[in-house]
Amino acid sequence: MTASERIAGTVANYVDERTGAAKWMKKNLNKVFPDHWSFLLGEIALYSFVILLLSGTFLTFWFDPSQREVIYDGSYAPLKGLEMSAAYASTLDISFEIRGGLLMRQIHHWAALIFMAAIVVHLMRVYFTGAFRKPREFNWIIGVGLLTLGIVEGFLGYSLPDDLLSGTGIRIAEAIIQALPVVGSYLAFFAFGGAFPGEAFIPRIYTVHVLLLPGAFLALITVHLMLVWYQKHTQYPGPGRTNNNVVGYPLFPVYMAKAGGFFFIVFGVTAFLGAVASINPIWLYGPYTPGQISAGSQPDWYMGWLDGLVRMAPPLETYIFGRTISWNILIPGLIVPGILFTGMALYPFIESWMTGDKREHHLLDRPRNAPNRTALGVMSLTFMLVALINGGNDIIAITFDLSINQIMWFSRIGIIVLPPLAFVITKRLCLSLQRADRDLVLHGRETGRLVMMPHGEFVEVHEPISPEKAWLLTQHEQNPPLALEENDLHGVRRPGVLKNKLRARLSKAHAVSIPKATADDLKEIEHH
Amino acid sequence: MSNEIEAIRDPGLPAHVHRRADTDPKAAAKAERQVAILFLLSALGTLTLIGAYFFIPQDAFIFFPVLGDTNAHQLFLGLGMAASLFFIGMGAIHWAKTLMPDEEVIIQRHEFRSEDEDRADLIATAKAGAAAAGLGRRSLIKRSLGLSLGLVGISPLILLRDLGPLPGDELKKTSWKAGTRLVTDPGDRPIRADDLEVGAVAQTLPQIGEGVHRKLSDIGKDAVLLIRLRPEEFNLDAERLSWTHEGIIAFSKICSHMGCAVALYEQQTKHLLCPCHQSTFDVTRAAKVIFGPSARPLPQLAITVDSEGYLIAKQPFSEPVGPSFWERSS
Amino acid sequence: MKRLSQFRRHRIVAPLLLVLALLSIGTTFSMAGAATGAPITAAERSALIEEGERIFLKGCSSCHGINLEGSAIAPALLGVGAASVDFQVATGRMPVADMSVQIARKKPVYNEKQVEALAAYVASLAPGPEVPGESHLNYERDGSTAEGGELFRTNCAMCHNFAGQGGALSQGKYAPTVMGVLPRHIYEAMVTGPQSMPVFSDKTITPEEKLSIIKWIKAAEAEPQLGGASLGRVGPVTEGLLVWTLGLGLLVGVAVWLAMKAR
Repeated sequence: MTASERIAGTVANYVDERTGAAKWMKKNLNKVFPDHWSFLLGEIALYSFVILLLSGTFLTFWFDPSQREVIYDGSYAPLKGLEMSAAYASTLDISFEIRGGLLMRQIHHWAALIFMAAIVVHLMRVYFTGAFRKPREFNWIIGVGLLTLGIVEGFLGYSLPDDLLSGTGIRIAEAIIQALPVVGSYLAFFAFGGAFPGEAFIPRIYTVHVLLLPGAFLALITVHLMLVWYQKHTQYPGPGRTNNNVVGYPLFPVYMAKAGGFFFIVFGVTAFLGAVASINPIWLYGPYTPGQISAGSQPDWYMGWLDGLVRMAPPLETYIFGRTISWNILIPGLIVPGILFTGMALYPFIESWMTGDKREHHLLDRPRNAPNRTALGVMSLTFMLVALINGGNDIIAITFDLSINQIMWFSRIGIIVLPPLAFVITKRLCLSLQRADRDLVLHGRETGRLVMMPHGEFVEVHEPISPEKAWLLTQHEQNPPLALEENDLHGVRRPGVLKNKLRARLSKAHAVSIPKATADDLKEIEHH
Repeated sequence: MSNEIEAIRDPGLPAHVHRRADTDPKAAAKAERQVAILFLLSALGTLTLIGAYFFIPQDAFIFFPVLGDTNAHQLFLGLGMAASLFFIGMGAIHWAKTLMPDEEVIIQRHEFRSEDEDRADLIATAKAGAAAAGLGRRSLIKRSLGLSLGLVGISPLILLRDLGPLPGDELKKTSWKAGTRLVTDPGDRPIRADDLEVGAVAQTLPQIGEGVHRKLSDIGKDAVLLIRLRPEEFNLDAERLSWTHEGIIAFSKICSHMGCAVALYEQQTKHLLCPCHQSTFDVTRAAKVIFGPSARPLPQLAITVDSEGYLIAKQPFSEPVGPSFWERSS
Repeated sequence: MKRLSQFRRHRIVAPLLLVLALLSIGTTFSMAGAATGAPITAAERSALIEEGERIFLKGCSSCHGINLEGSAIAPALLGVGAASVDFQVATGRMPVADMSVQIARKKPVYNEKQVEALAAYVASLAPGPEVPGESHLNYERDGSTAEGGELFRTNCAMCHNFAGQGGALSQGKYAPTVMGVLPRHIYEAMVTGPQSMPVFSDKTITPEEKLSIIKWIKAAEAEPQLGGASLGRVGPVTEGLLVWTLGLGLLVGVAVWLAMKAR
């Protein structure tokens, strides 16, 4: 036994005698994680969060979250001598007086954008592969919660420097609060400590941004990961992979090295962006005052869709009994996002209600094998994309020589027409892919080689595919739609018949598929 | 599909294929060298960072294609940091991929549902506990507890009351009074009618006393845009026309939609455009909304001139400025 | 990244801009010479006006009318002043090449001598804003950058963007970038209010304040990249685009490599 082994042994013994960790560690170091690039998307989000904590802590050492008026006297000449808030001035100081401060600011902001983008692609992966199904519904809901919190947290961070752009953003947020029926102006006055912008808002959102929400994030992320750990990761279908096993690499050492290494990769890429690409150049925006505005005032991308919805909203307000209801703000700012996010959070339950499927699922779906779900996902993404495009309509207009009015009308019509269209196209595409899979199993792969038959006809040689491939293409379940009887045994209509009718229709739509190739089909072909 | 149809069989996990490094010591040594090189690159990155921090002045610039003239201090600090992190990651992953075991391992899953026996035990324990505490019997305790728990949630809400004052009529009034002079923003100079040519605009605020500090929350309500047209270009009713002065018309600059500064005046079309959400207002028709999400015209400020010829407000705004709120009457 | 900004509205005219810039430098020097040189005599002046009239009748009168009275497709030019003529013609906007939504900046058709003659002719018929002399454009001496920034953000940024990169107006119109525009032309634009742009009177924005604005614009123009590629200085849209392409692209690329079996 070498000296280092002896020391390690002593330490391990010390810890285990007090915690009994050995048993737990033994079990978990051998925990198996399936390997696939798309399983790393959530990790990108996780690591970005760690980067945000680290870089954010750095920034707090110098940031002064106060709206106290100061005269700027730093090294950025074009702002010298101007009145501004201490928050803005200290952000300038972080950028220009603190060595590495600008780098950290840019890393923090890029990490935030990557964090949100990674959450969205992770969510897409989970959705399109059906990973949210039983037993993972809780984690899906936590994920939707994290996405929502991320949007809020990001927006608060964007607001903190108190530059012209962030002030404009806060102004719009205030208008949304103010538009709430009955309580709006009260809530706005409470939040801002008086009339907008007041002097209380920056210090308040600072506490929320650096303490309250990061705490909530930590708690939710911990539960999210513990559930992944405890429930074991899902895996893609393939030979030897079943609903009852996990095929992959053990946590120690392979997965640890890979995941640990990937943290450094994410940090490195974020630092690279922070080094080479400017983000949120607040010194160009200038300090906030409500009388100023810049052309092309946009939120960060994860809020862009919301801004796009607000832009395209119809000019509707109701005046009744001396009161005002601003539909032009409430619909795009609260009602539509509320419906979207609630629907998203409830989707696992909606799908299981439609299919009647109450079993555990650990084997992922190939998106084409769940055409209805995939189409619904693409439909939602199309909606978001149209909204996002409209959120940048002025930049798009000036870049591509278009008119903002044209883009606005395109979006207003597109947001209604394109999502259903995307649904239909995607569903058809999925079914075509299913058909192609079936043909591939039954007739083999096209080799591109032509052979002349004795009677002069040319045919392409088809090669049978490997048993592994054939299994991959046919392993999925194809469940029939729910059979819901309208009448009971005595011919009496059941209660809740409308609900059942809807459920049966949805279930039927959900179950549409091309029958997969079976061994029987293959045998039949061989007989010919 | 029904059970009679025979599905295609699962051929099972494919046989493990050895990597070159598993069988060839030379390949393994090469992989080891590659990993070491990656780690060394990371060390080099840290050295770059240290060098940049101490030796590149903060005002040094360097030309890079694509980037342009870039701050060298910031760039090399960042590149050094990026390399120091990125290559640690690359090294670790390359190590794991080439030299650590790559044979896939299978473990079994277990259903999460507890055994019926355990469930029954739990229910029994819970029932026994509840019974021991008398939850079922002592309804007085249960009800009073429910009441107190319900009420205790109110206290934090009450305590938040002092976050801000009640709105009162703050949202409904501005600093503009009859006779308030319009002054330039920035500059605070009063404006005469003939200071503005036809087609001219001016950003203005109400005049305040010498040395008085202008609050942002006042600017947020008081900002006014002056525009001069030819009087015959107006298409206004008599009252609104009387609010103009020799072709000069004044509007609140705070958007009636969400409060951005609507100062984007197109001289030829006489339209005002809000850059935030693209509400478009027709100046000749008292800022009537002709496009975009805003539902109301911008409030018009009645103006005239005082005895010295300076532009003044004839009266306060006749309606609240800025975005809508519940207590607004129209 | 830097490209993004070049792919803006003027991408087709981009090479022309360079030529224009070179030409403009020449113009500036000759203007400087003209302004600081001996005042021109009455005879020289009338010769200049005559030359201007000749050019006007040949190149402009078909739209603007023989007596500058304007027509259905072109405004009257009485009282627009020399500044307006200089801005429109020397930036190449006039004579107009195609009647689209907005008349764009392009390579000037007339040389600076001809522009001067045209301006003198139009100004001779009815007075209007004059071309600011070089001695009046000493923004380095008379302007203040910080004050200029404040003025720019209050009066200009809503159309031309916070960094002077230009922005969209309604119905396909746009506020062009103010980067790479001669100080004289910036000044003239403020005084005359070309196309969609309103007029900024000397009383509401004093000549000194106008110089401050120019000084700020020139400082913004010369400002190197303090934090790396500027991404066009148009705000969060291009930042979001970069995250979804380069940022996520790099990360997913590494993820794919990570999950690939080594050989």
